[in-house]
Amino acid sequence: MLCREKILKSENQTKNNMKKSEKNSLETWELMLYVAGKTPKSITAFKNLKEYCEEHLKGLYSIEVIDLLENPQLAEGDQILAIPTLVRKFPEPIRKIIGDLSNKERVLIGLDIKERTI
Amino acid sequence: MNKFKTKNVMSVLPKTPTGIQGLDELTEGGLPKGRPTLICGGPGCGKTLMSLEFLVRGATEFDEPGVFMAFEETPEELSQNVKSLGFDLDELVKQKKLYLTHVKVERAEIEETGEYDLEGLFIRLGHAIDSIGAKRVVLDTVEALFAGLDNTAVLRAELRRLFHWLKEKGVTAIITGERGEGQLTRQGLEEYVSDCVILLDHRVIDQITTRRLRVVKYRGSTHGTNEYPYLIDRDGISVLPITSLKLDHDVSSERISSGIDRLDAMLGGKGYYKGSTVLASGTAGTGKTSIASHFANATCGRGERALYFAFEESPKQIIRNMKSIDVNLEQWEKKGLLQFHAARPTLQGLEMHLVQMHKAVNEFKPDVVIIDPITNLIATGTTMDVKAMLLRMIDFLKMKQITALFTALMHGNSADESTNEAISSLVDTWLLVRDIEFNGERNRAIHILKSRGMAHSNQVREFLVTTEGVNLIDVYTGTEGMLTGSARIAQELKNKNLAFEKQQQFAIKKRELERKRRAVEIKIDTLQAEIENEEQEMIYAMAQEKTAGENSTYDKKLMAMGRKADVSMDDVMQGENSEKRKSNKK
Repeated sequence: MLCREKILKSENQTKNNMKKSEKNSLETWELMLYVAGKTPKSITAFKNLKEYCEEHLKGLYSIEVIDLLENPQLAEGDQILAIPTLVRKFPEPIRKIIGDLSNKERVLIGLDIKERTI
Repeated sequence: MNKFKTKNVMSVLPKTPTGIQGLDELTEGGLPKGRPTLICGGPGCGKTLMSLEFLVRGATEFDEPGVFMAFEETPEELSQNVKSLGFDLDELVKQKKLYLTHVKVERAEIEETGEYDLEGLFIRLGHAIDSIGAKRVVLDTVEALFAGLDNTAVLRAELRRLFHWLKEKGVTAIITGERGEGQLTRQGLEEYVSDCVILLDHRVIDQITTRRLRVVKYRGSTHGTNEYPYLIDRDGISVLPITSLKLDHDVSSERISSGIDRLDAMLGGKGYYKGSTVLASGTAGTGKTSIASHFANATCGRGERALYFAFEESPKQIIRNMKSIDVNLEQWEKKGLLQFHAARPTLQGLEMHLVQMHKAVNEFKPDVVIIDPITNLIATGTTMDVKAMLLRMIDFLKMKQITALFTALMHGNSADESTNEAISSLVDTWLLVRDIEFNGERNRAIHILKSRGMAHSNQVREFLVTTEGVNLIDVYTGTEGMLTGSARIAQELKNKNLAFEKQQQFAIKKRELERKRRAVEIKIDTLQAEIENEEQEMIYAMAQEKTAGENSTYDKKLMAMGRKADVSMDDVMQGENSEKRKSNKK
């Protein structure tokens, strides 16, 4: 339930971001977080992700949380093995970051955020 | 009832048949049901194929759908790879009997930050299993995960959890693993999968590849512990069955003809025992193939089936050559009673030959199997290997009550009575064809070295290959030794002459004796006459003497009368008369 709320929230944000991105001619980052139920690891991961995005991509991102317990068929498409997995769908290329995202440095490298912001 | 049932379950480990030829016999029923099995081996030994065949057979033969989770190949590649084996994976996927899924682990795409688990894999597998109601699962080289992810501690813990989870799900799983240094798999998967471990091996000896399979462990079940050869061919995998390695086959007292009348006569008048093993050995060109062909001919002539493994000549060549001795094998081949299998021995390893022979025998169901010659097989292995292989072959054929005829080539003069393959103790009947070089020609002679369970001739026969087929004739044995060929004919002529001479001499002697006898008879006659003469003379002399005596008395009387003595005239006359009477009587 928590996840769904967050999805909605992120969707709203996406819409806002879209507008912003149009203005700034910057594209919205599409991020997907795959989780399996509400485990501590997933919650930590979501918290961390949110934090980093707010810090570096404010208004330029959308986060979709996918609960594989509810939609197991979605795991195959993105080749999900580990939980939690963060998938950067856009911009390409697709990047995957697994784990609870507790290592900020590595997440930012993995998402290729640092370079852009600097 | 209930009690009985539980007891039954307790005592027998439930097994899932693999449907792979020979593997079920080897494991006495298949893989442990509801438990994971590890199949490990080096690259190219057929791990993927074996596990895939397990699924395909399960889906098609046992109505057990299966999930194939590939870590290395995509479903498209997989279905393409096994198409040559006649497995149509796409069709099975359509029928929801098979679920192919590819797990891509790309190190370059993945960044690890912090803690994670492999729940995603579980979910995917669980979803796949549930979507088709799978009973069988294959994880093809789960070790690929170790290449993609760094945190081995997590991986190990998760794999352990995975195998437990598979057990809980009640699916029969195969996990494949690459063979590692010093242990069965690179990542030591055998630690986690402890119920059944099958090791596949692929080795090259003398440039010939042999694949071997060994059940390393099978918890809660007996199994064959040796290495067994297996084969990958157009029908998938076949493992050499081992059920035959017992000496408890039935025996038959039925006899079948060897196709050569005189040979049957030598074998107690009836030929070989049905289901026995016959070895015909001899040096090059002694007619071993001819013996084999006669046997095949006789078998097909009775309407039975014969399977001919030729390791030296092509079927067409055999047919042509045998036509020259009036054995028409072509007709039987056309009628489907005779089947040839020709291959160069070096084409493949010994076990491969064996597995192929097994397959051919199982498919054709012959009454008679001919292997011509077994000696060539030695080119592909050591004597021990060949012996072991032939032992298996013989046992296998005996189990099936198939009469087997092997030919063996002996080398040069080493026709001592042991073949190179040392299988003499394995055969029931052993015919030895020998070359006898004498008097500027080579002749063949055959004798029966042994024949278990029948009164057989211990004589050497001359073995003639004529345009009417093989014929055996008595050899000449006498003071000159054993003679064959023209020497035998010459000796026979000589004997005839000798006999004639003897007869003549006898006649002469007889005549001589007759003559002698007659001469003696004549002599006897003469002597008789002589003695008669003498007798005559004697009588005459006696008579004269008497007359002389009488005369003297007469004279005396006369004189007495003359002197006027007391003598009457009658007395004088009487004396005269009696003398006369006497002479008259004579």
